[in-house]
Amino acid sequence: MTRVLRLGGLGLYYGLLLLPIYWMLNMSLRSNADIMGAFSLYPTDPNLANYVKIFTDEVWYSGYINSIIYVSLNTVISLTVALPAAYAFSRYRFLGDKHMFFWLLTNRMAPPAVFLLPFFQLYSTLGLIDTHIAVALAHTLFNVPLAVWILEGFMSGVPREIDEMAYIDGYSFPRFFATVFVPLVRTGIGVTAFFCFMFSWVELLLARTLTTTDAKPIAATMTRTVSAMGLDWGLLAAAGVLTIVPGALVIWFVRNYIAKGFALGRV
Amino acid sequence: MDKWEDNRAWFLVLPVFVVVAFSAIIPLMTVVNYSVQDIFGPGQRVFVGTEWFADALSDRRLHEALWRQFLFSGLVLVIEIPLGVLIALAMPKRGLGVPFSLVLLALPLLIPWNVIGTIWIIFTRPDIGLLGVTINGLGIPFDHTASPLDAWITVVAMEVWHWTPLVALLAYAGLRAIPEAYFQAARIDGASAWATFRYVLLPKLRGVLTIAILLRFMDSFLIYAEPFVLTGGGPGNATTFLSIHLVKMAVGQFDLGPAAAFSLIYFLIVLLFSWLFYQALQNVGQGERR
Amino acid sequence: MARIALEQVAHAYAEHPRSDAEWALKDLDQVWEDGGAYALLGPSGCGKTTLLNVISGLIAPRRGRILFDGRDVTGLRTEQRNIAQVFQFPVVYDTMTVFDNLAFPLRNRRIDETRVRSRVAEVAEMLDLAEVLGRRARRLTADAKQKISLGRGLVREDVAAILFDEPLTVIDPGLKWQLRRKLKEVHKRRRLTLIYVTHDQNEALTFADRVAVMNEGRVLQVGTPQALFERPAHRFVGYFIGSPGMNFVPCVVEGDAALVAGARLPLAEEALAAARVATGRIELGVRPEHLRLAVEPAKGAAEVTVRAVEDLGTYRIVTIALGEHVLKAKLAADRPVPAGAAYLSVPPAAARLYAGGRLIG
Repeated sequence: MTRVLRLGGLGLYYGLLLLPIYWMLNMSLRSNADIMGAFSLYPTDPNLANYVKIFTDEVWYSGYINSIIYVSLNTVISLTVALPAAYAFSRYRFLGDKHMFFWLLTNRMAPPAVFLLPFFQLYSTLGLIDTHIAVALAHTLFNVPLAVWILEGFMSGVPREIDEMAYIDGYSFPRFFATVFVPLVRTGIGVTAFFCFMFSWVELLLARTLTTTDAKPIAATMTRTVSAMGLDWGLLAAAGVLTIVPGALVIWFVRNYIAKGFALGRV
Repeated sequence: MDKWEDNRAWFLVLPVFVVVAFSAIIPLMTVVNYSVQDIFGPGQRVFVGTEWFADALSDRRLHEALWRQFLFSGLVLVIEIPLGVLIALAMPKRGLGVPFSLVLLALPLLIPWNVIGTIWIIFTRPDIGLLGVTINGLGIPFDHTASPLDAWITVVAMEVWHWTPLVALLAYAGLRAIPEAYFQAARIDGASAWATFRYVLLPKLRGVLTIAILLRFMDSFLIYAEPFVLTGGGPGNATTFLSIHLVKMAVGQFDLGPAAAFSLIYFLIVLLFSWLFYQALQNVGQGERR
Repeated sequence: MARIALEQVAHAYAEHPRSDAEWALKDLDQVWEDGGAYALLGPSGCGKTTLLNVISGLIAPRRGRILFDGRDVTGLRTEQRNIAQVFQFPVVYDTMTVFDNLAFPLRNRRIDETRVRSRVAEVAEMLDLAEVLGRRARRLTADAKQKISLGRGLVREDVAAILFDEPLTVIDPGLKWQLRRKLKEVHKRRRLTLIYVTHDQNEALTFADRVAVMNEGRVLQVGTPQALFERPAHRFVGYFIGSPGMNFVPCVVEGDAALVAGARLPLAEEALAAARVATGRIELGVRPEHLRLAVEPAKGAAEVTVRAVEDLGTYRIVTIALGEHVLKAKLAADRPVPAGAAYLSVPPAAARLYAGGRLIG
């Protein structure tokens, strides 16, 4: 690919990608009446009323905080349990390994609607309704398989000779894993962390089902913007803009994990 | 380079198994339970065996929704996977462009799915939306509320816009994880760009691409919120995909039994095709990965 | 075949290096003779891999020129330079068979297929890979894969030099010597210029005809293993080569001996002459292998205390204190080791003098 073609194509894609985002930003700075009234390329009378509403309405910003709490919990849990499991799938053959690996993914294959009720009943029996840990735990259902699959893929790219060398050099498994292996798969860890965050962040049904008030997430609050006059488009758009921020921060934090890859030297 | 045989590896997998099974097994069993019963109310159930399954499988509307679903998922895969890989290849490897690109790609993924549908409703309206106004301004009559073709185009465009970054991010991470030495060796061996792509990149990306393909297949096959918010399944039934049909059916006559049966069938279809994809991808390199 | 010359080569990874420390290679002038087997030896971070990559063209140096047989190749890319490189861990093309791996460099250069087949067969035979030609490369062991990497360099008829970047790092220790032997065989047969980077002095000293010792971006000495051992040109070389390395103690030259912590150790005439014209701090360097310990005092011996003895099977390492200086001696296992007080003598022929870190006599 010549450089011009490459940059031109990329620029075109980025531009197209940004259009709906820009439109959302546009809508967020206008009132509902303004949006529905006329087309305008940029807000002629921009105001932050929608944002103010969100920041001052306790229901809105607590929803924000709730989401951040359970999503962070979930990401940490998912990564923690997935790392050793992915290593096992990558390096070892054991009884039922292929079946187990595929079974994990099957947990992402069911349409959620009908499962919501039994989920509610299960967590209700355990007294976990309306807690952050409930949603965090429930989300591991689809995030842990994802994490294991992605991490396994990256781990399999690390030659097993590295492991063997470390054992010959006398490393214990925990020390090898923490100091040698994890840095080598940090690309996979970075991208996994982001995806766990993202999928948990946008998940609406389970989060709404398992919470009532204390742990209610932002996404659920957003579906309440239907009033007698219909949807409040401006408010929804502002909320949409705000929901991007935490995730953008996450990927910015893991950017070096994702982009730096690894240099298999000086082992 | 065969794997080590050791059943003690199960201990490493145990936490994952416990965590996932906790949320998986009981709800699944419950749904299976519902699927073979007719539930009139609390405590009033009648065992009906496979009646709901038979009903579902013979439902003509279900077949139509299923075909639409296959077409949709097929289109999605054919567009998103190559596009995502191309973007990953084009993305910068060093410098300021890197965090910029990563954050940019992340944006569509972070918007809640119902909000995406909502934004695209306005975005594509011919009177007040940027895309709608532009297209109609070019003289092309475009109305996704009236024309099934336009509706399909819009839904597919929205889905591609939304999810291609996932493929791109995965592919990009996969590319970055290839040790520099492979590229250096290919240069020393005099390999052309195409040869490098075919013999270094593609084999090394196979793991990542497998995940990307399976994920996109599964998620697009189960898709609900975005198309439902955008078109409501219409015009008519034009964009009623499988899960929209399921919800319409279940909400229409809220009946747990048939809904549960349908869900299980749905699940099995996704399972079957995912498994087929997986097997095919494993054999592509003609060397077992496991 | 190529005579590789480096003229005033310097390299820094940072865009604007601010200090001396940021230069990975400093003012290198070096010639690698055609057909020689060289080892680049040095600790981690000394710049040996950078140097290798500058020679192969994977890195363009900030300053200086590289010449192959007198031809300036500094501007040429790697693929244009007739070199091959074997990396620290085995690089093979997973989807191809061993045969296709070896054929790859030739096919890319559009060599016709009959020629390809014969070259591959030749190289495979040389490297004992003939039996596995039909197998998938990814299935083989690490040492076989490294042989394939080497083979891809050998199949090319135009290849002038083969560069190795710590190629035995991931090889099973039991198989390392086999690969080393194979490399020497290949060198004998093909007489290519081989440059081999390693931090392991055993590897370097057994593989190479001549070893270049590097530290902090400079080549301190190039010489035969013997020369490096007997006459290290630089304090660092003395310390790095040998296990344990050379002992260094500060001394003052007076008359016909070196004064160390009150003891007089006689020196050879050559050393004395050099000391007279030297400026700066002078140090006495002696290899542990050359030190002699006795229970009885002798002429020219210094009184020392034996601090510790390590028994390593065929030899012993004895830690000695001479005044406030600590020295190590390497004695054969059958020699008796005095306990407590002892007398150390240094054969004048084995004593080296260093001024400012450099060998003077």
